[in-house]
Amino acid sequence: MSLVVPSWQVETRNKTSVPFGLAALAAFLLAFAIPFLVSRGVVQDLFFILTMLVLAQNWNLLAGYAGLISVGQQAFVGFGAYAMFACVILLGVDPIAAVLIAGVLSMLLAIPTAFFTFRLQGPYFAIGTWVIAEVVRLLLAQWKALGGGTGTSLPRDATRDMIGVGVMRDVFGMKASEAGDALTYWLALILLVLTVGFVYRLLRSKQGLGLAAVRDNEQAARAVGVNARRMKALVYLAASFITGVAGALIYVQKARISPDAAFSVIDWTAYVIFIVVIGGIGTVEGPIVGVILFFFLQNLLAGYGSWYLLMLGLIGILVMLFAPRGLWGLVSDRTGIQLFPVRRLLRGGSLNQVHKGGPHG
Amino acid sequence: MAILRLEEVSKKFGALTVAEQICFAVGEGEALGIIGPNGAGKSTLFNLINGNIAPDSGTIHFCGADVTRVPPMARCLSGMGRTFQIPQPFERLTVFENLLVAGAFGTRRQESEVSDRCAEILVDTGLIDKANVLAGGLTLLQRKRLELARALATEPKLLLLDEIAGGLTEGECRSLVATIRAIHAKGVAVIWIEHVLHALNSVVERLLVLHFGKVIGIGKPDEIMASREVREIYLGIEI
Ligand SMILES: Nc1ncnc2c1ncn2[C@@H]1O[C@H](COP(=O)(O)OP(=O)(O)OP(=O)(O)O)[C@@H](O)[C@H]1O
Ligand SMILES: [Mg+2]
Repeated sequence: MSLVVPSWQVETRNKTSVPFGLAALAAFLLAFAIPFLVSRGVVQDLFFILTMLVLAQNWNLLAGYAGLISVGQQAFVGFGAYAMFACVILLGVDPIAAVLIAGVLSMLLAIPTAFFTFRLQGPYFAIGTWVIAEVVRLLLAQWKALGGGTGTSLPRDATRDMIGVGVMRDVFGMKASEAGDALTYWLALILLVLTVGFVYRLLRSKQGLGLAAVRDNEQAARAVGVNARRMKALVYLAASFITGVAGALIYVQKARISPDAAFSVIDWTAYVIFIVVIGGIGTVEGPIVGVILFFFLQNLLAGYGSWYLLMLGLIGILVMLFAPRGLWGLVSDRTGIQLFPVRRLLRGGSLNQVHKGGPHG
Repeated sequence: MAILRLEEVSKKFGALTVAEQICFAVGEGEALGIIGPNGAGKSTLFNLINGNIAPDSGTIHFCGADVTRVPPMARCLSGMGRTFQIPQPFERLTVFENLLVAGAFGTRRQESEVSDRCAEILVDTGLIDKANVLAGGLTLLQRKRLELARALATEPKLLLLDEIAGGLTEGECRSLVATIRAIHAKGVAVIWIEHVLHALNSVVERLLVLHFGKVIGIGKPDEIMASREVREIYLGIEI
């Protein structure tokens, strides 16, 4: 008599992931070549899309995975941007190096703010993050060396002599302004790839599973041994680092800063939330779909002045009502396609028929 | 040696006393039943034991260590598993992933090291067919089974069960009792809150009666059920 020992396997990959990986690689190579192929205006548009997507991936990580609904991420965009300006103008640091320093400083800012906001629950947490962003904005607006309330510009020679610009001028024969745009674009592309890579790796890891548990039910997560507080704090710190880097990079490209623009709740939080919500919260794919839609809507509706914001709001509400998991959620539910699969599916025993599982969230 | 010992544990919610000077101990591998009318403070007692809420006074020892101020996460890691009376699944994770979280975090191991055991627990608790289904889509009975399965995945030395037999058919109840007996037979200590007395009495060695936050009796089930005080409280309730 032989004993049948059921053997189990866990799989995450699905049949779309290999072709998608190849397509993503091709898209990345194409994206890398873009500055040689298109005009400066298009490069600037793409820079905007890439950086908004970085911000959206971060907000999605906070809200869609850690359950931290922040409406104050402009605190880290603005603080990162100002930290970069301070390094360049006051200390003479190269703007590109200053971008990294700005990320570290933003993360340091997140430590005291976490002590304050993490005591607050639900809507109070959201309000707390917004209050902090306002406080940081008011404080930085007092800083006379950086232009106070009216703001200031990066010195022309600082951006002209940025690491890399000289090389690009010599090798590719670009003008300094062209080279500057191409450089910030490439950095934004690298930042996006690293951000998506980080988020996806995190979600695939044991920590990502714990994070999903905390998001769904914090009390139960703690009862099965998940350190919910530490998990949320780490995500909050990581998001403030990346958001700070993104903010600094955005303002290297803009080369002009003012407190109102750098701490704009509309530009750096409302639009970002819109992108995540229409694309689909709690998935890596959602913000990607969302940012493309947002870009087209923005161009389509730009002529309508303040109606534009109203229309965005209306579209956001409609999506929330009729497709609460966003447009990507609709696609994924219909087709079962997941470009960044995170589900752990159990196979083996009597379970060999294929189930269609939606994405996390 | 006692695996769990409560000494003069008290807790008030505002003016409402839900635990008053509670003292009792559970031995290693023992099974203790807890009964008492609705609102007696039974679930609150579990919340005190697992650290969900802190007592106003008194001490709780688990596995020889004072855990009165230790958070639930750490109590789980030292071997305390619990179910919630109102099931608390991770709704947007699958049933299998619910167990995987508990297995990996509750025993401090990697997912790959616990996945087989999680699958076996799903077989034992009759949830294997639902393994890849989102937990948010389960029926109440399935959610209750998931509570048990998820607690088991943390490999507890002490298992706290809060009313998991309510609403079961006769046959389902028998198979649940068999499952719990099997867990108990492996040396796991069990504290089981249940209104279904015949199921409870076929598993536990001792019964504790809670009434308005006070322990009014603890001992062998037949002695407890014979006591006048308990009969008065349960007057009108079928025994
Ligand atoms: N967090 C809380 N805040 C205030 N009161 C609470 C809280 N939790 C429970 N209570 C109250 O404490 C009392 C005891 O509740 P508990 O849930 O412990 O009772 P129980 O014995 O488990 O009852 P049941 O048999 O209905 O499950 C009830 O009156 C309840 O309303
Ligand atoms: Mg109860």
